Amino acid sequence: MSKKRLLISSIACAALGAGLLVAAPAADAKSTSVWAHARSAKAGGGLKKLAAACKKEGQMNIIADPHDWANYGEIIKGFAKKYHVKMNEANPNGSSQDEINAANQLRGTTRAPDAFDLGSAVAYANMNTYAAYKVSEWKNIPAAFKEPHGFLTKDYGGFMAIGYDSSLGTISSLADLLKPAFKGKVALNGDPTKANAGLMGVFFASVANGGNINDVSTGVNYFKQLKDVGNFLNVDPTPASIASGQTPVVFDWDYNQAATVKELAAKGITWKVFIPNNVLVGAYYNQAININAPHPACARQWLEYLYSPAGQNAWLKGGSRPVLAEYMAKKGTINKAAYAALPKVVGTPQIPSLDQASKASTYLLANWAAAVGTR
Amino acid sequence: MSQVTSSVQEKGTGSALRGAGPLRWRRHSAYLGVLPFGILVLVFLVWPTYSVVTGAFQNSHGSFELHTVKAVFTDPGHITAFKNSIEISAITALVGAILGSLFAWAVATGKPDGLLRRTTLSASGVLAQFGGVMLTFAFLATFGFNGFVTTFLASQFPNSFLAHPDWLYGFLGLCVVYTFFQIPLMFLVFLPAIDNLKPQWREASSNLGGTTLEYWRRIGIPVLIPSFLGSALLLFANSFSAYATAASLISQGSIITPLEISTAMSSETGVANASTAKALGLGMVIVVGVVMTLYTLMRRRVSKWEQ
Repeated sequence: MSKKRLLISSIACAALGAGLLVAAPAADAKSTSVWAHARSAKAGGGLKKLAAACKKEGQMNIIADPHDWANYGEIIKGFAKKYHVKMNEANPNGSSQDEINAANQLRGTTRAPDAFDLGSAVAYANMNTYAAYKVSEWKNIPAAFKEPHGFLTKDYGGFMAIGYDSSLGTISSLADLLKPAFKGKVALNGDPTKANAGLMGVFFASVANGGNINDVSTGVNYFKQLKDVGNFLNVDPTPASIASGQTPVVFDWDYNQAATVKELAAKGITWKVFIPNNVLVGAYYNQAININAPHPACARQWLEYLYSPAGQNAWLKGGSRPVLAEYMAKKGTINKAAYAALPKVVGTPQIPSLDQASKASTYLLANWAAAVGTR
Repeated sequence: MSQVTSSVQEKGTGSALRGAGPLRWRRHSAYLGVLPFGILVLVFLVWPTYSVVTGAFQNSHGSFELHTVKAVFTDPGHITAFKNSIEISAITALVGAILGSLFAWAVATGKPDGLLRRTTLSASGVLAQFGGVMLTFAFLATFGFNGFVTTFLASQFPNSFLAHPDWLYGFLGLCVVYTFFQIPLMFLVFLPAIDNLKPQWREASSNLGGTTLEYWRRIGIPVLIPSFLGSALLLFANSFSAYATAASLISQGSIITPLEISTAMSSETGVANASTAKALGLGMVIVVGVVMTLYTLMRRRVSKWEQ
């Protein structure tokens, strides 16, 4: 569940990477392919040719796409089956920054990632890493969800939520979590100085406690309070920790909770998802193609698949909100049951801008460890 | 042992007899054996250190600047993390050194080939390497929020210290967990020093009328002190550079420098900055450099007694 988050790495790893970088031969990145520079399927000769070229390449390198994150598992399997492609999945629990680092360190090798799925802060900070590509459905994607040249296209998003084991009681406000019943039970998905989900959790706590997205200090204070009463749990929630009951209350994306609800229902545990009214803190991830993709046709085919009804509905089934949802609802290609199953929310969505996120990150860097770290 | 020596000599005399091998080659061929090690050191120690040190003084465009280093070494957050790192390392080195050396002493007084010695030696060999995720897991399963001891105490003695596992996920927790691998390491590196205390010295002291106390005060402790301090410094460096254990134990709030480096390298919230990571790394390189220099000096004093 902690996609985009580095669990275990070390300085030694960086050293190793640096060492390998020197030793690695500059392999042919197949830049001769017409698809390496195609800015749309049409420009490269059409969708059929694209599919054929991808089948010929036979492999697709993805990174930091865990199977339990927004239902990526179904997408990965579906794509592999449809185009007879071997899926090379690297570092599923990595962070967005790890994706960019991998692209830089493996540049010129056949192991470099072909496509990225990035949080906005990292996505916009590395614009020269992507190849521009407009998927066939480009014109149906709302303008707010795409970078005009096609370097980045938003793919799916959701809202921050609190998921909890309902045997602990019912939560109707964030203040409830300060009660003794939640001692050592409340977890945040990732350190907010490192992981997007964690950062959005702090925005969420700010807004829910009367603050706003211009100032996360309210949220930091809330987590400090949680820590001080002994309710904040210094454990990174994963599907395993939730299933074992170690992290019975989790601040995380609503789409990650959807999978938990299903999984725990099978075990007889009712996992509830709580989003307070008018506390809709959301974010969308960004899809991009590596400019040095070793499999340029498959990278483009992957995007075409993601923005086809198969890809979009898979994300929807995972509980996230794909960018083409409204268009597909109108056209009738949407999975109606999954669309109806999204958590009901009340209020206007607030999406922190890059400036707001960067301001919050700087504040957190200076204050988070002091607020929740145990000295 | 003698075989090795003789084969080296043969090689030497062989090429001298043949006469054809130039002297220079003969002299240099002896270094061929250490070449793989040299390459290893170059690729995995010298090059990364060089890249960290130079990277600390470069901005994102690769040109020279002092800004990052200055910012890192004046930022209160980074300074606190450095302090925490040094304190944790010092505490665990001291505790590990004291307990480990007492342990080594106890074992050394036993039979040289006894079962106790053999078992403790191999157990320490394993436990000194028992770090990272496995060690964290062991502690979480025992003292964590849903740990075995915690749940038992929470139901039987709800007011006892161990019933509230908050301590484990921070400074104190790191100290306890690190000490777990420091003690066996100390045992391993300090046992040879105790073995090295020659029984003749003890006898000589007794013959001259020295008591046990005088023996330890005048001979035993002065001989062991450099080894003890040297080993303690090694322990310090060992826990100062530990990362995986802390990373798997503490997931919120980077309270020590290695965790801050990880944040600076892989944060996805827009604060990732390779030169910050390298400047923090530079700080660590300096601390370890000082410690290892002291260690080398101590080793020199020790080797006086190891003839």
